[in-house]
Amino acid sequence: MNTEILGVVAQIVLLIVISYPLGKHIAKVYKEGNDCMRFMAPIERFIYKFAGINPNEEMDWKAFLKSLLIINVFWFFWGMILLVSQGYLPLNPDGNPGQSPDLAFNTCISFMVNCNLQHYSGESGLTYFTQLFVIMLFQFITAATGMAAMAGVMKAMAAKTTKTIGNFWHFLVISCTRILFPMSLIVGFILILEGTPMGFDSKMTIPTLEGAEQTVSQGPTAAIVPIKQLGTNGGGYFGVNSSHPLENPTYLTNMLECWSILIIPMAMVFALGFYLKRKKLGYTIYGVMLFAYLCGVICNVHYEMAGNPNIDKMGIDQSCGAMEGKETRLGAAATALWSVTTTVTSNGSVNGSHDSTMPLTGMIEMLNMQINTWFGGVGVGFLNYYAFLIIAVFISGLMVGRTPEFLGKKVEAREMKIATIVALAHPFVILIFTAISSYVYVYHPNFVESEGGWLNNPGFHGFSEMLYEYTSSSANNGSGFEGLGDNTYFWNYTCGLALIISRYLPIVGQVAIAGLLAKKKFIPESAGTLKTDTVTFGVMTFCVIMIVAALSFFPALTLGPIAEYFSIY
Amino acid sequence: MISNLFKSLRLTIAFCLFFSIFYIFVLWVFGQIAGPNSGNAELVELNGKIVGAANVGQNFTKDIYFWGRPSHAGDGYDASSSGGSNKGPSNEEHLALLEERIDTFLVHHPYMKREDVPAEFVTASFSGLDPHISPKAAYAQAKRVAEARGWSEEKVIAIVNSNVEKPLLGLFGTEKVNVLKLNVALDKATTN
Repeated sequence: MNTEILGVVAQIVLLIVISYPLGKHIAKVYKEGNDCMRFMAPIERFIYKFAGINPNEEMDWKAFLKSLLIINVFWFFWGMILLVSQGYLPLNPDGNPGQSPDLAFNTCISFMVNCNLQHYSGESGLTYFTQLFVIMLFQFITAATGMAAMAGVMKAMAAKTTKTIGNFWHFLVISCTRILFPMSLIVGFILILEGTPMGFDSKMTIPTLEGAEQTVSQGPTAAIVPIKQLGTNGGGYFGVNSSHPLENPTYLTNMLECWSILIIPMAMVFALGFYLKRKKLGYTIYGVMLFAYLCGVICNVHYEMAGNPNIDKMGIDQSCGAMEGKETRLGAAATALWSVTTTVTSNGSVNGSHDSTMPLTGMIEMLNMQINTWFGGVGVGFLNYYAFLIIAVFISGLMVGRTPEFLGKKVEAREMKIATIVALAHPFVILIFTAISSYVYVYHPNFVESEGGWLNNPGFHGFSEMLYEYTSSSANNGSGFEGLGDNTYFWNYTCGLALIISRYLPIVGQVAIAGLLAKKKFIPESAGTLKTDTVTFGVMTFCVIMIVAALSFFPALTLGPIAEYFSIY
Repeated sequence: MISNLFKSLRLTIAFCLFFSIFYIFVLWVFGQIAGPNSGNAELVELNGKIVGAANVGQNFTKDIYFWGRPSHAGDGYDASSSGGSNKGPSNEEHLALLEERIDTFLVHHPYMKREDVPAEFVTASFSGLDPHISPKAAYAQAKRVAEARGWSEEKVIAIVNSNVEKPLLGLFGTEKVNVLKLNVALDKATTN
């Protein structure tokens, strides 16, 4: 069998096999705290003491959200100040300047919301100080924010009737110390052994074999890459992310980094089942998500390995697949797998150019982010699915004439309204912003010209570049059709806006639904209850998600990737 | 509100201590001890002289060397500004550029048939620093290198053979050749 395909299969098997025990671990961390990482407790106590936090104080959902939002606002100012002034701060051996305010605004928001859209290049746009005290710090704590929200929702779902959903600060800290920290450390060790740099020396000037000189950027890469992958952050240390041969030097590191993207989101779904003591519900949701993921993988691996028909027409040997924008050590299949993995989660790191992938590969990438519920970001991924679960419960309740109930709680008008707003906000943001940018592009060419022309490709593909950028922003993904010239006023501000709306609106909505449901009276299951852990209900949820996504996005996709597909095949 | 803000500040500082200092320190120490070049990019030497970083591709233009893939990093293999073409599959301008590269390749390798030109050798990587080429792209250049060095083609092919890196555990991933290491092996064979 083809070794490239074997590599893809191996990575998927590794994911599934390890996500099960990790799910158990996560459930233990949030529930009883008697997990194998409990030796971190002294460090946690130090953090609580230092920050003046009482980890045992119970919060209702409003206090929980208030803490979450306030610390996020604080992080925004923290990041802004450091990014703008980084030129004057220590650990800047390459003498990089501070970021402009509009760029810092975009960078800061994008890292704060766990999106990591990057309108700069890591080698020249940041210093070692801001890489560590803004970028890497945010990658840990914003991932932990998502996980804390998930922990709160799980606690609300598990309780029969409750006003409180746990302590936000406590969830935030243990997500860091017991899940993200140990896993990042292990991944970091392996990366270092494989040749990823971990130092603080400045750029290295080396003579080449032909006698020229080459300047090699380096730095504390091996510390940032693990959390970038594990926290579904995706913001690369280098401009080209994990296609850079120092960030991702071998096929082994590629397998490990690709695994790291999906492992926590996958384990989270199992964790939910264990936490609620409803394993079957966990398996059903896991099954639906895995099915959708595998469909994407098969499509993308097929199209990337088959290559570009336009190159076939040139009559040369394309047996390695579509290699424009891909690395020889990784190959077409591994890049295709990564492109699905990074878009089903809200990771957004890349190991090849998404802009150069085949039309339908690009469509799957976009569709994954537009649906935004298959596994998803750490923590928040399940929350998106949760909104659709509520809608599916409601619709199927109406279809079969049963009271819509989920886990013993009646789903009523108020929860439905919130779930609908959350589900529709996403297409709304993406499509409206894409429409505005397309309008500006066509009717105000002078403005676009003054911003450097924006697009890197003509025709259908150019439209895809704009659609992809807002899709990625809105899904808090952060990958891009990188050809788009996006470090401009227009893109920095509009994407920043899309990012804020689509991170906080859903989080607030989902935690609110969980909080509202938790307060309601518990109704024991009876013959009249709609079973939510069956295959039938899994298929139902899948259909609801597909119908909402298909109806919202297919018109736009037809103008972009689908049109391009028919123009070259 | 104010008390929450104050908690946020103190918690953020605590996280800085834990992650930006403690976590970094642990990895840094590990890198110093176990890293291939104590935390810096791994280097390649020829006769005691440094000639490049093992994982970073270089620009090769001379006929006596194997060439790497086209690069869009800066002016080509600029390792301080990585980058790819980001051209889509239907971009006419880009396809014309590929045609040009095929023609150039055939000029330098007149013994090659057009249908054997490896597509990966006329397309650019995303990093622009791809240190590898496919074995096929290496064998395609062997005759040119042999002629430029005045060696037999078999000798060059033997050196290529010993530089082909197998897939991981022989099972997973691609076969590849590190261009810099291959060229260093050629130069070593000259001096011996």
